[in-house]
Amino acid sequence: MSIGLGHYLTVGAILFVLGVFGIFLNRKNVIVILMSVELILLSVNINLVGFSAALGDLTGQIFAMFILTVAAAEAAIGLAIVVIYFRNKGSIEVDDISTLRG
Amino acid sequence: MIATLAFYAFAAVLVGSAVMVVSSRNPVHSVLFLILAFFNAAALMLIAGAEFLAMILVIVYVGAVAVLFLFVVMMLDIDFVRLRQGFQRYAPVGGAVGAVLFVELIFVLGAWRFASDAADLRINPTPGGSVSNTAAIGRILYTDYLLLFQLSGLVLLVAMMGAIVLTHRTRPGTRRQNVDAQVSRTGSVGLVHVPQGAGLREMGILRPPELDAPKPIATPADHGGHH
Repeated sequence: MSIGLGHYLTVGAILFVLGVFGIFLNRKNVIVILMSVELILLSVNINLVGFSAALGDLTGQIFAMFILTVAAAEAAIGLAIVVIYFRNKGSIEVDDISTLRG
Repeated sequence: MIATLAFYAFAAVLVGSAVMVVSSRNPVHSVLFLILAFFNAAALMLIAGAEFLAMILVIVYVGAVAVLFLFVVMMLDIDFVRLRQGFQRYAPVGGAVGAVLFVELIFVLGAWRFASDAADLRINPTPGGSVSNTAAIGRILYTDYLLLFQLSGLVLLVAMMGAIVLTHRTRPGTRRQNVDAQVSRTGSVGLVHVPQGAGLREMGILRPPELDAPKPIATPADHGGHH
């Protein structure tokens, strides 16, 4: 039994679900929420690479690279926001972040 | 056979470390398990034949993003115990949503198949022969996807500038060398022609008289700039 597309899609689905579950589980910790978003993006990358390998089409790998770029930028900006929020409020609880509600 | 076993091993470690990322008690452990997950995902991509992407994943994610997470987690003095409150309260909701999502994804996986002419619809077929994965990606990335490539560079530039602007702060009260003021200073310093061989006493330059009062002891707040 060789490794096919279904295996990669299954791993990607499990990772995606774990990322969503992590967002629900760590409602207060922004850093772990950011890590869960990274897991979700990683699962998307695994799906793209699996399709690319199964179809013999390199476009999936190109787009996985673009997703990687966006994920890196998102992590940098998100962590910068966490740092300045912690500097101003002394806490990173998501429940406190409601000052923009108006 | 070896590839199959390797796939299952890497996938198992990947899923296990992903579970630890979301459920670990200490965020530092979460980051370390995230690094392990990235390594195993890179191994899965290697098995799929995407060598360049696997190496990029290791370099970018493990070398930059995860280390950035590690820095932030260790830099911020966070009360982790307070952040853990509500963990059990949110777990059933998250578990329910996750289970529904997973079942839906499995349904999609079971009912889905390739189109019959999928092989003809490929945009960039993988070149065979001796062309390596990296060379093949470079050939289409720098030609067909050149604008997207530059746009992703622009995204990174904007992210870098945004992170700098967000986290940069000018602290009042810190002392700093003002080169402009120093260079443009006039009037307070003058050149004096002094005769050679003359002592200080003949020239009328005397030391200031010794004061009996002791010098004020510098308080620690005085020597700013060391902190």
